[in-house]
Amino acid sequence: MLPDCSDPSALSGLSWLACYLTTGKHLNFYGSFGTVLLLLLVTAPVALALGFGGAMLARSRVAPLSWIGRAYIAVVRGVPDIVFFLFFVIALDQGLEYLRHRIKCPDWDGPVYRGSDFVVCDAAKLPLSNAPQWFHEAYGFALAVLTFAIVFGAFAASVLFGAMKAVPRAQMETAEAYGMTHAQAFWRVLVPQMWVYALPGLSNLWLVLVKASPLLFLLGVEDIVYWARDLGGSKTPQFTDYPHGDWRMWYFLFLLCFYLAFTRLSEIALDRLMRRLTHGQAIAGGEAQRKAALGGAA
Amino acid sequence: MTRLLLASVLALAAGGAFAQDVVRIGTEGAYPPYNFLDDAGNLDGFEIELGREICARAQLTCEFVQNDWDSIIPNLVSGNYDVIMAGMSITPERDEVIDFTQDYYPPTASAYVARSPDVDVTAATVAAQSTTIQAGYIATTGATLVEYATPEETVAAVRNGEADAVFADYDFLVPIVEASGGDLAFVGEGVPLGGGIGAGLRESDAGLRDALDGAIAAMKADGTLNALLGKWFPGEEPPSYDAATQ
Repeated sequence: MLPDCSDPSALSGLSWLACYLTTGKHLNFYGSFGTVLLLLLVTAPVALALGFGGAMLARSRVAPLSWIGRAYIAVVRGVPDIVFFLFFVIALDQGLEYLRHRIKCPDWDGPVYRGSDFVVCDAAKLPLSNAPQWFHEAYGFALAVLTFAIVFGAFAASVLFGAMKAVPRAQMETAEAYGMTHAQAFWRVLVPQMWVYALPGLSNLWLVLVKASPLLFLLGVEDIVYWARDLGGSKTPQFTDYPHGDWRMWYFLFLLCFYLAFTRLSEIALDRLMRRLTHGQAIAGGEAQRKAALGGAA
Repeated sequence: MTRLLLASVLALAAGGAFAQDVVRIGTEGAYPPYNFLDDAGNLDGFEIELGREICARAQLTCEFVQNDWDSIIPNLVSGNYDVIMAGMSITPERDEVIDFTQDYYPPTASAYVARSPDVDVTAATVAAQSTTIQAGYIATTGATLVEYATPEETVAAVRNGEADAVFADYDFLVPIVEASGGDLAFVGEGVPLGGGIGAGLRESDAGLRDALDGAIAAMKADGTLNALLGKWFPGEEPPSYDAATQ
């Protein structure tokens, strides 16, 4: 049963804490954990798909395709994340608005770039300025997912490119000797076997992605670190019913525990995945599994 | 009132950017009493209340949105919102990039706050928020400047000894000094900086600027702006505008 929170200054001890931890601001803080988890759940598969595409392009035998794949990997990996997040997102947003502007307002005569201003007609705004705030937030979130996916996709592409090369050449030659086409050999022999080589690199990427969520606030999405910083900052009695000193350490300690628990869970899941992928593979891990199974049977 | 009407007519004639349905106002939400989040997580503060009143007078539908201080001007010029009301002082450097309405908060001195009264602010390590006029000023003095992304962090730096003093708007520091129970105190002389605080707009948005400008002028003339200033900046001498000069 929650205490009556209408006059927090009269409360003390646990009931004060219960009221304090259930303010609207704190509920936003708890909600932002959902935002971060959702971002991870959506970003990871998209980044993996981009990485797979990038790696396929990079190893393509058609030179221009290979250049595109290699350029994507090299450029995105070389640009600092923060530059990418500040520059690319605004450029992408402006690019989309410019396209819409050309389509929706062909009669517009003023320039789009006026000094430092970027001005498009109202119908071309993305989102429209009269759209509800949640739509603006969803749009910001979508931009965040796309940006994260492009950045992490480049790293994933590099990992997958290496993994594809690591599959023993003899496997491919055998596949071709059985009369498989290049595409068949790729999909049926190379792809199923490469994951075991890719997983250590991909799991590193996943853990980095988990911890990269504070970059979200650069894109206007309020993430857990933003709220921890805001809630933990000292509060003076004029502006809150719950004045307190600098409590950032406690909030960040809580975040630390969250991140540690989350990465630990990830490690357990990734270890299991690794065991499954290793099964039957012609590598040291697969051989060890085979021997253990034999020993058990004997 | 005639001036307000005139401004509205001009604005309507200017069309374009003004003919939008919702005016989005960007603010930082971390700078009490100017703008901050209340316990329920909603924006509150002097500028929020003022902005709503200005919009009501200019007959605009407005919506406040939160944005990080560091990217507050880039997001304005790229059109993510239309107005900045975030305790932003009017300076010639900013005026080159964006436009300002007339000030709605008069030019006041920025002040130093430290834990010890004998800090020499011209030689000490001084904390200021990055890309503010205060940070710009400290860089020109003999003091060592340490910059932080949020106002709260500049004060925390003094409390935990990372910096000897913090340099910020006087009215931001007053409630903090009061609540510190004697731990923090004003030191040194105040330094007059900037041309007061105004609302920032895109340079191409002259119609909207005139509409806001007219509403601010009307609020100065009928005393409602002074009443708001008195409410949010209580003290012996709250900032105010002399109605006779309008």
